[in-house]
Amino acid sequence: MLTCKEFLAELTDFLDEKTEAEIRGKLERHLAECPNCWVVCDTTRKTIQVYKGMSQCTIPEDVHSRLMAAVERKMAAKDSSS
Amino acid sequence: MALQMLWCEVTACVGALALLWENGASSKMATESIPVEAPVDDELELVNSARRGDTAAFSLLVGRYEGKIFRLAMNITQNREDAEDVLQEAFLKAYEHLDQFHGNSKFYTWIVRIAVNQALMKLRKRRSDRAVSLDEQIDTGEDTVIREIAAWDPDPEEQFSREELHEILAGAIDELAPIYKTVFTLRDVDGLSTEETAEALDLSVPAVKSRLLRARLQLRDKLTRFFKRKGDDAFAYM
Repeated sequence: MLTCKEFLAELTDFLDEKTEAEIRGKLERHLAECPNCWVVCDTTRKTIQVYKGMSQCTIPEDVHSRLMAAVERKMAAKDSSS
Repeated sequence: MALQMLWCEVTACVGALALLWENGASSKMATESIPVEAPVDDELELVNSARRGDTAAFSLLVGRYEGKIFRLAMNITQNREDAEDVLQEAFLKAYEHLDQFHGNSKFYTWIVRIAVNQALMKLRKRRSDRAVSLDEQIDTGEDTVIREIAAWDPDPEEQFSREELHEILAGAIDELAPIYKTVFTLRDVDGLSTEETAEALDLSVPAVKSRLLRARLQLRDKLTRFFKRKGDDAFAYM
């Protein structure tokens, strides 16, 4: 059976479903027998899930306005030089 | 063997990189929503149109990614003014060098790479005596030690209002060291693959995986304080 240390080393690939079948089987067997690793795995998976809902991000209006003004100046300069 | 020992062994590691960043201003930012994201399958078409002089096409690309690039710049520089400079410089450079984007990767990966370089240049200017990179060696430390093991509510996010939840999640991510915050955001929030994240940050794939594991475990630990099942005691390892 894998140790907790070995389990944790594979956790990222396991959660991303990137582990090969043989390793995955070993990880799943470890999970079935180790309640602490089960909790860590379950709560880490939930951590990733709750952050996926945060994908929309914000930008202050003044920052947006200054960016667009700078982009427009750049476009105008490129236009006039071509 | 005590699990504590196991976790401690496994979890070695604070990035020496973290030392390169000062404790800067909070990256919390306010306000306006950016336009809802459109699918990226028209991206190359937009880039090609922008190259031919269609300014509206480039403005669409800016609108699509400005929020994410600003957040990334805040994550790295920890300073609003620097982040705004990075945002502008990244898009202006991208516009200037559009002919160098060949569509082999996503436009977002390309602009992230430009923005990261600009952000690192900002940091180098702040500390002219030492080089700054995102690929520093990692030291032994305790930033990924599992401190609490406690099951969560089945739907923890439903225990809080939307505003409260946003504050909890933003607060937790804000406490991460910049390199962990950046890798986690690109990989788990923005949905880039591990390989794309590595390419965007100029890191190796193993370096991304290692930082991602640390970021995920640290966030899990922080969120356990809020999300653990009521009535359960956390099992403390430290």
